[in-house]
Amino acid sequence: MLMIRIKAPVKATKGQVIELKAMIQHKMETGYRRDKYGRQIPRDILRRFECLYNEEVVFRAQFFPAVAANPILTFYTVATESGFLVFRWVDEAGVEAFDKVELEVV
Amino acid sequence: MSQDHPVKFGRRSMLKAGAAGVGSLVWAPLLASPAAVDASIADLFDGRVAQSGRVTVKIPPITENGTSVAFRVDVESPMTQEDHVLRIAVFAEENPVPDIAHYELGPRAGIASVESRIRMNGSQRIRAVAEMNDGSLWTGHAFSIVTLAACLL
Repeated sequence: MLMIRIKAPVKATKGQVIELKAMIQHKMETGYRRDKYGRQIPRDILRRFECLYNEEVVFRAQFFPAVAANPILTFYTVATESGFLVFRWVDEAGVEAFDKVELEVV
Repeated sequence: MSQDHPVKFGRRSMLKAGAAGVGSLVWAPLLASPAAVDASIADLFDGRVAQSGRVTVKIPPITENGTSVAFRVDVESPMTQEDHVLRIAVFAEENPVPDIAHYELGPRAGIASVESRIRMNGSQRIRAVAEMNDGSLWTGHAFSIVTLAACLL
């Protein structure tokens, strides 16, 4: 299980722009490094990220090997209604990791 | 002047030479270039030409460690239904692959800004291109001197 850290407000006023921070523990192996025997270490990176606000995609990202290990993302969204924010990552093999936070809009 | 400094091959210079040697061996055929970034941008945005402006890239001017460099891209946009940013793409000129990340956003973002951390394989320019909903492209860049390059480590 990959460790995920989300920083999002618990409460917001309608129409307020909120800052979301999402970090996941992942080595983001580039595939360019070699081990001590000179063998290439196979690439293992997260390819996609998306943030869903009440099941609607509000932010999406595509990663390349130049994204640092343990990728952290900061982005913004407008608080429209109470509900759930889902943060989802997908690696090259199609393995998914996600976390969910609740947001109350007043 | 060099006679005044008998120790010419210090630890630092040896490390640098070693890194450069290994780097040139492993990376020479792989490295991106400003031209590769241009090609990548043309490929991603169907050959449309990006105008300079509206996009601000923030990275530290000097980076000690290229394995994790904080950066921020800000695009000037009201982010309304009529006028908003659709995509932001970030590129590196000296990394093995020119693309760093592509971000998709929309009017629901409120602010057209993204922050993340990247790998930098040496001192270079980081370029960002923003695509607006009217189809126009805007670009901005920032330079950072990297003491210890990533990718090989």
